Amino acid sequence: MPGLEDLYREIILDHYRTPRNRGELDPPAVKIDGHNPLCGDEITVYLAVDGTGDDAVVTDIKIGGQGCSISQSSASMMTKAVIGKQVGEINAVMRRFKSMMGIDNIELEEADSEVDLGELEALQGVVKFPVRIKCAVLSWNTLANAIAASAASAADDA
Amino acid sequence: MFDLDAVRSQFPLLADRTIDDSRVVYLDSGNTSQKPRRVIDAMTSFMETSYAPINRSSYRLAGEATEAYEAGRTAIARLINAPSADEVVFTKNASEAMNLVAMAWGRANLEAGDVVVLTEMEHHANIVPWQMLAQERGIEIRWVGLTADGQLDLSNLDELLSDAKVFAFTAMSNVLGTIPPTKKLCAAAHAAGALAVVDACQFVPHNVTDVQDWDADLVAFSSHKMCGPTGIGMLWGKMEILEAMPPFMGGGNMIDTVTFDGFTTAPVPAKFEPGTPAIVEAVGLAAAVEFLEDIGMANIRQHEMSLTRYALDTLNARFGDDITIYGPDNVEVRGGIFSFEFRDLHPHDVSQVLDEKNVCVRAGHHCAKPLMQTLGVNATTRASVYLYNDEADIDALADGLDGASDIFGF
Repeated sequence: MPGLEDLYREIILDHYRTPRNRGELDPPAVKIDGHNPLCGDEITVYLAVDGTGDDAVVTDIKIGGQGCSISQSSASMMTKAVIGKQVGEINAVMRRFKSMMGIDNIELEEADSEVDLGELEALQGVVKFPVRIKCAVLSWNTLANAIAASAASAADDA
Repeated sequence: MFDLDAVRSQFPLLADRTIDDSRVVYLDSGNTSQKPRRVIDAMTSFMETSYAPINRSSYRLAGEATEAYEAGRTAIARLINAPSADEVVFTKNASEAMNLVAMAWGRANLEAGDVVVLTEMEHHANIVPWQMLAQERGIEIRWVGLTADGQLDLSNLDELLSDAKVFAFTAMSNVLGTIPPTKKLCAAAHAAGALAVVDACQFVPHNVTDVQDWDADLVAFSSHKMCGPTGIGMLWGKMEILEAMPPFMGGGNMIDTVTFDGFTTAPVPAKFEPGTPAIVEAVGLAAAVEFLEDIGMANIRQHEMSLTRYALDTLNARFGDDITIYGPDNVEVRGGIFSFEFRDLHPHDVSQVLDEKNVCVRAGHHCAKPLMQTLGVNATTRASVYLYNDEADIDALADGLDGASDIFGF
């Protein structure tokens, strides 16, 4: 059995103990809830996006809700990875991250291999604990919904 | 009392399975129980020697299989002191049994504005079917609240039950372990003119059950929590109530006759058992009931009461304010289920650390999200015991918890 040290890397625990970008954003930022029906974890992603399409920029992101060390640290690291980035770049990070999590229906694009996951690499050990993969990707799936909701509301305004 | 080593030796997984060279400490029986050799052998032997369809073929082997299937029904009737085995309906599981009640009895008897009373400690299986009915036809759901120590707050029960058509409640909470006064609650339901429906999923495997003493109307429970196989559950009901109910699902086996114009139903219980049922599982279930009867349900309850006392005392003594165990402290009114919060650690992380020590517990909402809301938490860690657990298992849980906070630095 893989050891707990593979799962609970120091950087993960640091993000768990001191989560980055906790809080809320006022509209027009979108607010999307995500649930892990298995364990009851709940996450809220507040996302402020400027522009439209793949060039749109995430100008701010905040995280609310409760969850385990893996879901909370993954969300915290995610905020650092996406803030100030373009939607197109974020989608690439998302594909690489989910691919690292062993989610096999992800179609990587050619340029994705150059994406640097940075400290998100620390979550690689989660793959050895399959029941925890859902914890690690909860915030990312919620972010994907938030990006879609932002695009929809931008389209409505146009 | 019974010989615990002898009991445990009858469960191959508990006796023989190792992970990382050590035995499994199984504390998740509230979820599902382990299976004794007798059940495994009964199912295998039936498939090797007597397997055939039931109720529809006239050769001798089919008759033998039908008898074996019906022996499961007889065993269940004996276990819960039902007046007749024909009052035991086999379903896929207890959830299906609760859906049968809501959809068959509910649709025939409830209309907009009618009141169904539930409690805040119900499992989703005794919530969602009623909520489906509420969406379909606008029935009203009222909730019996809880006291600070996780018992039912019965102070306004008469008010809640006034004009109610159904009172559906658990006989033992799958989160708190609380054992409400089922007989008294059935009487209160009847005094208000309501149907008394009991979710006995957690109760039957661990206690002496007497549905006649309860004077319940309909009682749902499952096989897999009482040493039997998965895939089969039970609805017991008073015959006049079952007879008056329309069928739930249609198909083969549940009909008396079918013409181009319509159908008539078979007598109870076949009326509620469409299609080929869980034949092998019914055989395994009969073996599980015999296994439990040989040990004695009263002995099992005694063993679990003393283990519950030990667990509450051990965990509270070792961890003091660092642990919050939900539910009543009095073991007369609680079973061996311990949901707890530990040092602000998330249940998923607690369960992960315990798994490293081969201690199997459940982390999450335990299919009781409204109760989580009442408790003010998202999730809890839950350890639950059965006849094969002992004090060493509780000690292993406590030792595992001891190591948990080192990792997270709380």
